[in-house]
Amino acid sequence: MHAFSLPGPRPETPAAEGGVAVTARAQVVGIEAVLDPSGALYWPAEETLVVSDLHLETGSSYARSGQMLPPYDTCLTLGRLADAVARHAPRRLIALGDSFHDPFGPERLADDHRALLAAFCRRMEVVWITGNHDHAAAETLGGAAVETLRLGGVTFRHVPGGEGVEVAGHLHPAAHVVVRGQSLKRRCFVGDARRLVMPAFGVLTGGLPVTDAAFAGLWRERPRTWAIGRRRVYPV
Amino acid sequence: MPEPFAGWFASRGWAPRRHQLDLVEKAEAGRSTLLIAPTGAGKTLAGFLPSLIEIARDNRGRNAPLREGPHTLYISPLKALAVDIARNLEAPIAEMDLPVTVETRTGDTPQNRRRRQKERPPDILLTTAEQVALLVSQADAERYFSELKVVIVDELHSIVTSKRGDLLALGLARLRRHAPGLRTVGLSATVADPQELCGWLVAQAEGHASTRADLLVVEGGAKPDITILKSQARVPWSGHMTRWALPDIYALIKAHGTTLVFVNTRSQAEMLFHELWRINEDTLAIALHHGSLDRAQRRKVEAAMAANRLRAVVCTSTLDLGIDWGDVDLVIHVGAPKGASRLAQRIGRANHRMDEPSKAVLVPSNRFEVMECQAALDASYLGHQDTPPVGDGALDVLAQHVLGMAVAAPFDPLLLYEEIVSAYPYRRLDWETFERVVDFAATGGYALRAYERYAKIRRRKDGLWRISHPKIAQQYRLNVGTIVEIPNLTVRLVARRGRTLTRGGRVLGTIEEYFLNTLAPGDTFLFAGDVLRLEGVRDNEALVTRSKQKEPKIPYYGGSKFPLTTYLATVVRGMLADPDRRRALPEQVRDWLDIQAERSLLPKADELLVETFPRGNRHYLVAYPFEGRLAHQTLGMLLTRRLERMGLHPMGFVASDYALAVWGLADLSTAFDGAERAMGDLFNEDLLGDDLDEWLADSVLLKRTFRACAEIAQLIERRHPGTEKTGRQVTVSTDLIYDVLRTHEPDHILLRATWADAATGLLDIRRLGEMLARVKGDIVHQRLEKISPLAVPVMLEIGREIVHGEASELLMSEAADALVREALE
Repeated sequence: MHAFSLPGPRPETPAAEGGVAVTARAQVVGIEAVLDPSGALYWPAEETLVVSDLHLETGSSYARSGQMLPPYDTCLTLGRLADAVARHAPRRLIALGDSFHDPFGPERLADDHRALLAAFCRRMEVVWITGNHDHAAAETLGGAAVETLRLGGVTFRHVPGGEGVEVAGHLHPAAHVVVRGQSLKRRCFVGDARRLVMPAFGVLTGGLPVTDAAFAGLWRERPRTWAIGRRRVYPV
Repeated sequence: MPEPFAGWFASRGWAPRRHQLDLVEKAEAGRSTLLIAPTGAGKTLAGFLPSLIEIARDNRGRNAPLREGPHTLYISPLKALAVDIARNLEAPIAEMDLPVTVETRTGDTPQNRRRRQKERPPDILLTTAEQVALLVSQADAERYFSELKVVIVDELHSIVTSKRGDLLALGLARLRRHAPGLRTVGLSATVADPQELCGWLVAQAEGHASTRADLLVVEGGAKPDITILKSQARVPWSGHMTRWALPDIYALIKAHGTTLVFVNTRSQAEMLFHELWRINEDTLAIALHHGSLDRAQRRKVEAAMAANRLRAVVCTSTLDLGIDWGDVDLVIHVGAPKGASRLAQRIGRANHRMDEPSKAVLVPSNRFEVMECQAALDASYLGHQDTPPVGDGALDVLAQHVLGMAVAAPFDPLLLYEEIVSAYPYRRLDWETFERVVDFAATGGYALRAYERYAKIRRRKDGLWRISHPKIAQQYRLNVGTIVEIPNLTVRLVARRGRTLTRGGRVLGTIEEYFLNTLAPGDTFLFAGDVLRLEGVRDNEALVTRSKQKEPKIPYYGGSKFPLTTYLATVVRGMLADPDRRRALPEQVRDWLDIQAERSLLPKADELLVETFPRGNRHYLVAYPFEGRLAHQTLGMLLTRRLERMGLHPMGFVASDYALAVWGLADLSTAFDGAERAMGDLFNEDLLGDDLDEWLADSVLLKRTFRACAEIAQLIERRHPGTEKTGRQVTVSTDLIYDVLRTHEPDHILLRATWADAATGLLDIRRLGEMLARVKGDIVHQRLEKISPLAVPVMLEIGREIVHGEASELLMSEAADALVREALE
């Protein structure tokens, strides 16, 4: 059962597609982590669930400029999040920034969705890392807003490339997997011993190939990649 | 013919041709007319003559020479053609000293000239479908077109089957409202159903039988002289590169003044050009022309061709239409033509004068293509045509047009609907669909009405729809048109200095991002006739260096392969079934088919032959529907899904234009022994139900189709004021939008548009459905001990997609020998 129920369209969850979500255990940035096919990372030792780049209200953001994208993304992204929360029952939730697609996103949030986020904040400690778009998010939604968070020797921040061991987002990594001559693009986790870049969590959020120049210089060693499939996470 | 025209013809020693006089007569009677004539018949001049006569007469009597807008619009499918026609009109106008002005307006025309064309309109405006859409969306359109008398549409046969045709049809419907007496003239090559085109040219009235333009047909002059290449070399069993015939092709080029060498795909063009230069001992001037080459490079080739400096051009469909070259002595068609009408059109490119036969040689790439070439040749002599029918108008184009009409002026939905259904492709559009399209244009048309406050167009109290903000008009204009670029990268030649790459080398052309994603830095591929090495990707550019390597990966251009037309497929099936017609085929091919008849069987024309046999440790199923590669690919996807569900665990499949092979570990001969399961259960029509639906969820082809629809319907913008987005930079992924829509709003209007495209486009579902219906009860299942001769070609396709280059060609020929021995022993 979902811990939270949502009005509106059926959330596009792995479970709803007729399968059971299969998580993957992985040793990343020196911690034992669980990679969730929703695009979240769960850190059992800290009972912490990490997501990045939710980009809530992407549809309405484009609609403002005349491009009428389907208005279902916030509902679906939050459904995805509610599922991941139900799977791992975390004590803490960290959103690594760009939680909204633009600075006015929180104002456009529907009441149901606002209530859901408030419920998250009541049930667990919610930390909003402030990304490009969401300085105001925490004030309207509850939870704490910080620029970075240190936890068990790991720094959580939005933009990768800082000091020390870090978990970051911002770049929306995607991997190209060539299957029988057909190239498929999938969201992915990418990281080495020192740094992990999280996939974007939002349902309408596109990806940047990990071969892109933006990722160059982030790694000390050849990074490992885990691509997100329909129901599971695959090491590439 | 009035003066000075009669005198002008006489002074050049010409007599006006019958159809030229006929068209003048039709014009005097105010009749819209379709003129069907072969190349070289003076079709274009015929189209313009009535306008020249009328304008000259009007302008002589005019006190104020300034008009509100043009008298005649000429629409061409190619920008270059419009420019060329303008040049060709100059001569007669100057020689007769006619008071007639002619100008062109295309996407390349600078702003100041466009403005001037508004202030001082020319008598004749030569333009494109996109420009018509822009012109009718302007606030002064009604005044500007108030004096319009004639619209001439050139190469009508080519435009009506595309989305550009739909856009133009809608534009014409609007022009008819501004200029009620408007006359249209269609110029076309021969088509299967001229009556459709006649309908397309005039307004359709609701509830009435289709109204039509008059039809004038000029019979072709001399029959073309077409032969199938006779070579000493062995025709291979499979493959598309036609390497076997290279020496013969080279000899033909050498023996003729100027040769056009047509191929079906860009990769074939690249390969053939590369190989011809390898054996070009006489350094004949052989050039290359295809759509991915840099535009400047293409123009150079065209200019050299026009100046008679080339001996041969290896080209794709980019040269199917357009400028007459003059002296082409020979057309070589490498690979089967895939369609009888396409072949006729291409051969027509060699026609200098109507009464001289044009000469063409067909070069089949493999044995099946020998049959296909023979079928096309027969059709050509019989004058049979297989141009596709005009389909229902696309809904994405309609959405764009509706927005454009709100940009022009506030519209009354009832009046706009009436106008739209007067356009031939939209004559069957129902009111409910129209309303949904308007709703889509306004707020995206979603069940969850979340975007009312951002609506692009709104219905006001007076009942009229108008744009909500002037910037909507600007956005519309930037994104008008139906040509969707597939995401491309510029290919730039750089030099490597140690570990760094130099900046700013020469641009060689563009390449599809889809293909590039399958390459890793260091991989080589063939492009612009050279073997290139991918060094890396920077912004929107693929940086390459020249490579000395001889085994490149071959460029893959998705969608550039034409499927075999239904007509040719039927003829080939008939040929297989008819011993008399088989006797006309070359000996090698005949022998092959005779052994097939002995070992397995040759299906009757209305039968579907399915063979199952073991080979190695696998079991194979080979079917021969002859419905073209696209439909076979879709069928392959569906069959493997169904076999999977039957617990037979297929491992893969491969499709050609003629056949389809599926393989796995399970014994398919016993699995379909007719007792528990029959082959008919596998090829049941219900394949197109749930299986198809499920598969489509993941289909890359459908996502590409959706992307095009979303851009044309202006759901997402290709260009935004101030920026020029390329496919790569569109930040929101249309694949993700597609996923969301499919799950949560499966009957959205854009998905309907996508589905309609898929039915006839990349997935060819309609044809597959017709085939499944046709063969119902006529499936012949042959359980064989080993591979049959007919199966050899498609079996050779297995693995072809992953091995490339010369070494693999050797591998393939070894594999071929082994398979052939097996099949024939």
